[in-house]
Amino acid sequence: MQNEQVEEGRRDFIYLATGAVAAAGVASVTWPLVAQMGKAADTRAAGSIEIDLAGIAEGSQLKMLWRGKPVFVRHRTPEEIAEAENADVSRYPDPQTDTERLVPTPSGEVNPKYLVMIGVCTHFGCVPVGEQGDYGGWYCPCHGSHYDTSGRIRKGPAPTNLAIPPYEYISDTVIRVG
Amino acid sequence: MSGHASTYEPKYAAGRWLDKRLPIVRMGADFMTYPSPRNLNYWYTFGGILTLCLVAQIITGVILAMHYVPHIDYAFESVQRIRRDVPFGWLLQPMHAVGASMFFFAVYIHMFRGLYYGSYKAPREMIWILGCMIYLVMMATAFLGYTLPWGQMSFWGATVITGFFGAVPVVGESLQQWLLGGFSVNNATLNRFFALHYLLPFVIAAFVGLHVWALHHAGQNNPVGIEPKTKKDTLSFHPYYTVKDGFAVVLFLLIFAFFIFYQPDALGHSDNYIQADPLKTPTHIVPEWYFLPFYAILRAVPDKLMGILLMLGAIAVLFVLPWLDTSRVRSMRFRPVARMFFFIFIFACFILGLCGAKSPDDMAFTVGERVVNGESRLIGLNFVWLSRIGTFLYFSYFLILPILGLIEKPTERPDSITKSVLGDKHPKPAVSG
Amino acid sequence: MMLRLVKNKVAPAAALVGMIAGGLTISHAAGSYDFDYEMKYPHWHFEGPFGTYDRAAMQRGYQIYREVCAACHGLEHVSFRHLGDKGGPYYDENYPDPNSNPYVKAFAADWLIQDIDSETGDTIERQGTPADKFPPIYPNDAAAAGSNGGAIPPDLSVMVSARGGGADYLYNLLIAYDEPKPEKMVISPGTYFNPVMDGGAIAMAAPLIDDIVEYADGTPATVDQMAADVTEFLAWTADPKMEARKNTGLMTMIYLTILAVLMWFSYRRVWRNVEH
Repeated sequence: MQNEQVEEGRRDFIYLATGAVAAAGVASVTWPLVAQMGKAADTRAAGSIEIDLAGIAEGSQLKMLWRGKPVFVRHRTPEEIAEAENADVSRYPDPQTDTERLVPTPSGEVNPKYLVMIGVCTHFGCVPVGEQGDYGGWYCPCHGSHYDTSGRIRKGPAPTNLAIPPYEYISDTVIRVG
Repeated sequence: MSGHASTYEPKYAAGRWLDKRLPIVRMGADFMTYPSPRNLNYWYTFGGILTLCLVAQIITGVILAMHYVPHIDYAFESVQRIRRDVPFGWLLQPMHAVGASMFFFAVYIHMFRGLYYGSYKAPREMIWILGCMIYLVMMATAFLGYTLPWGQMSFWGATVITGFFGAVPVVGESLQQWLLGGFSVNNATLNRFFALHYLLPFVIAAFVGLHVWALHHAGQNNPVGIEPKTKKDTLSFHPYYTVKDGFAVVLFLLIFAFFIFYQPDALGHSDNYIQADPLKTPTHIVPEWYFLPFYAILRAVPDKLMGILLMLGAIAVLFVLPWLDTSRVRSMRFRPVARMFFFIFIFACFILGLCGAKSPDDMAFTVGERVVNGESRLIGLNFVWLSRIGTFLYFSYFLILPILGLIEKPTERPDSITKSVLGDKHPKPAVSG
Repeated sequence: MMLRLVKNKVAPAAALVGMIAGGLTISHAAGSYDFDYEMKYPHWHFEGPFGTYDRAAMQRGYQIYREVCAACHGLEHVSFRHLGDKGGPYYDENYPDPNSNPYVKAFAADWLIQDIDSETGDTIERQGTPADKFPPIYPNDAAAAGSNGGAIPPDLSVMVSARGGGADYLYNLLIAYDEPKPEKMVISPGTYFNPVMDGGAIAMAAPLIDDIVEYADGTPATVDQMAADVTEFLAWTADPKMEARKNTGLMTMIYLTILAVLMWFSYRRVWRNVEH
C-alpha cells in the first residue's frame, strides 16, 4: 500500500516536471516570436544630429527630423522669453521653470533664446503648431492641447510638457541632439 | 453544427459512402433545412448581408494585396497605380474601401437589432459574446487597413491609436515602440500592419464560424422573443430565408454600388489623398466614421489614460450586457420603458458620432455672444461638453438596464410565435405547452 | 458663469445652463478672419451620375498646366500615355493604344526626362515618351522648398480629391486673388492674400493673369476661363477612370434593380402559403 502511494507521488512529480520543462520550452520559443517586433538594430542606431542655431532668425522655428520625430528649435523673441520666465509655474499641470527646460551652453549658463523640444504632443503624438493657442506657444490641432512659450502644457488633454530631447551645446551656436 | 434532427438521406451509393466517412454533405443539408422562426423580419437579414461583406472584403483584399506595395516610399503610389493602371483596379480598390464602411454599417444594424430584440439573453450569451469578438477584430482590421494607403489620415490615425498604448503606466513607451517597431510610425510599422491586416480577416472568419455554430445550437431569436414551441412556429431556412436574405442582399448591394460608382470618396477623408508626412499634422485628425463615437468618448475625458479606459469600457461593457439586462422578457416590443432607453442609446451613439467628427472646442450650438476684453466670444455648448453628455447617455443605458429589468412591467405577450404572426385575424386553438 | 450670463441678458439660456452645469463654455469666435468672399459654384461638365469630362476644356486645361502650373507643380502619378486613354483629354478612337496616339507622342516629346545613359552610365536628359510619367519639377523636397521660400508646391495629380471642396475649391482658389484683404490682417512676406485658402494666406502668387496663354482653339483666356479649364483637367488627373466607373455604375444599378424585382417576386412566391 505504502509503496503504491510513494509510486503515486513520484508519478505526480514526473508529470509536473514534464509539464514545467515543456512550458519553459514553449516560453523560450515564444520570446523570439514576440521580441522580433521591437526596434531593429538599424532603427535603434538612428544617429544624432547637429543643428546650427545661428541660422534661425528671431521669432522663427526650425523643424528637424530626429529618430522619425520632429525636433523644434525656436529662436524666441524677448517677449516670449519674458512670458516663459515670469510664469507662476506652481499651478501648472507639469510644473517646470523655463531654465529647467534649457541646457547650459559651454559657458555654463543657459541661453534662453533657443528652446529645443521634441515637437510631439504628449497626448497622442501629433505635431503641435507654433505661435498658436491661448498661450502664444504651441497648439495641438488633434485634441486641442495648448502649450506656452516654454512648451509647457497649460490647457487640454496632454499630460506633460513637450519633451526635451537629450542634447548638448558643442559650441555657442551649435547643438547636438541625441 | 446544427441543433436539429438531421433529415438528410443520401440518394446514391457514393453519397452514402461519403456520409459514413465525412458527413459534410449532411452538414450542409442540415444547415440549409435549419428550422428558423417564421416571424423573422428584415432586420434579421443582416447576418446574411454581413457574410457577404466578409467574403467580398477578403476577395477584394487578396486581389489588392497582389498589387499593393507595403513600403512607405511606394505605398501611396501603388494605390494610385491600382486606381489608374491595374485592370479593373478602379473598381476593385473602391469596392474594398467602400466595402469596409458598408461592413460596419451592416454590423451596427445587426448589433442594434440584437439589442432591441434581446438576442443576447440566455441561452444566447455566447452568440452575443462571439459577435462582440468579431466586432473587436473588425475594428482592429479596419484600423490596420486604413493605415495602408499611407495618406495623411493613415499616418496620423496610426500615430494617435498606437499612442493609446503609450498611456499604459510604466511599460507604455516600450509597449508602444514594440508595436511600432521604432520610435514612431515608420516603415516597419507599415509592414507589420499589412501582415496583420491580411491575417485578421481569417480570424474574423473563424469567429464567424463559432458565432453561427452557437446560433444553430441555441436557435435563432425572433422579434417576439418567444422560443418556437411547435413545428408551426418555424420554417426551413431554405428556401424561406435564403430568398428573403437574398432579396435584402440585393437591396444592400444597390446602396453599396451607389457609393462605389457615384460617391467612392464620400465615406473617406480628403486628407488621405495627401501622402503621409511625419512633419505635418493635419489640422483636424478624424478617424473613419465608424469609429467616431468611440473617438468622442476618448476626447470627452481630459485625462489621457482615463479617456482610453473609458473608451475601452464602452466596448467592454457590451461583453457583459447579457448579465446586465435582468429582464425576463427578451424583445423590447413588450418593454415600453426599455424601448425608450434603447432609442435614447441610439441617439447617444449618433450624438457621439457627431462630436467625434467635430473639433472639440467648436460650438455645437450657441445661445449668444458677448465681448470680453474687446474680443467677441460665443456662449454655448461646445462639442467636448456635448460628447460628455453623449458619453453619459451611452453608459447610463447599461446602468439602467439592470434596474429596469426588475421594476419594469412588460406589456402582454402572445402565447407563441404563430399566434403573434396570425394575431386575431385567424384565431386558432392555443398551442399546447 | 451663470451669474455673468444673467447679467448679459441671455437669461433664456439659464434653463439650459442649469441642465448642463459646467457645460457652458466661452470660446473665441474669431481665431481667424471672416472673409466676405462668396464661393462660386459653376456647373461642372463632370458633375452628376451621367457627367463626363469636357474634352475641349481638359485640353485647354492641359495647356494651362503645361505653360503655367508646371513651372512649380508636378503631376507624379500621371503618365503621358494617360492623356490618350479612354476618358482622357486626347483620346482618339483611331488610336486605342494611347502609346501610338500622335498627340500623346508630341506632348511627351515636349518634356525632358532624366535618364541614365545605358552605355556610359552618365545622367542624361532625353525627350519623353508616352510611357514616361510626368517628370518631377524639382529633384527633391529640399530643392522644392528652397526655390519657393520654404513652401513645397504640392503635387497636383490628386489635388482635386485632396481638398474637401474638390473642384469648386480649386477653381475658387484660382480666381479669388483679387479679393480685398481685411484691413487688420497682416500678410507676412512671401505669402499672398487669398480668402479661399485656409487662414487666408497662401505661398503661391496669383498664377493666372488674363491672356497669360494663348488658347489654340481661340477661346478668350480670361482668368475665370483658365481657372475652370485647369480645374477640369485636374479633376480628370485625380479621377481618370470616372467615365468608365459611371458607365459601369449605370449598368450595375439597372442590373441590380432587375434582380431586386425578380428576387421580390421569388420571395412572394416562396412565401405565398405562409402568413407572416
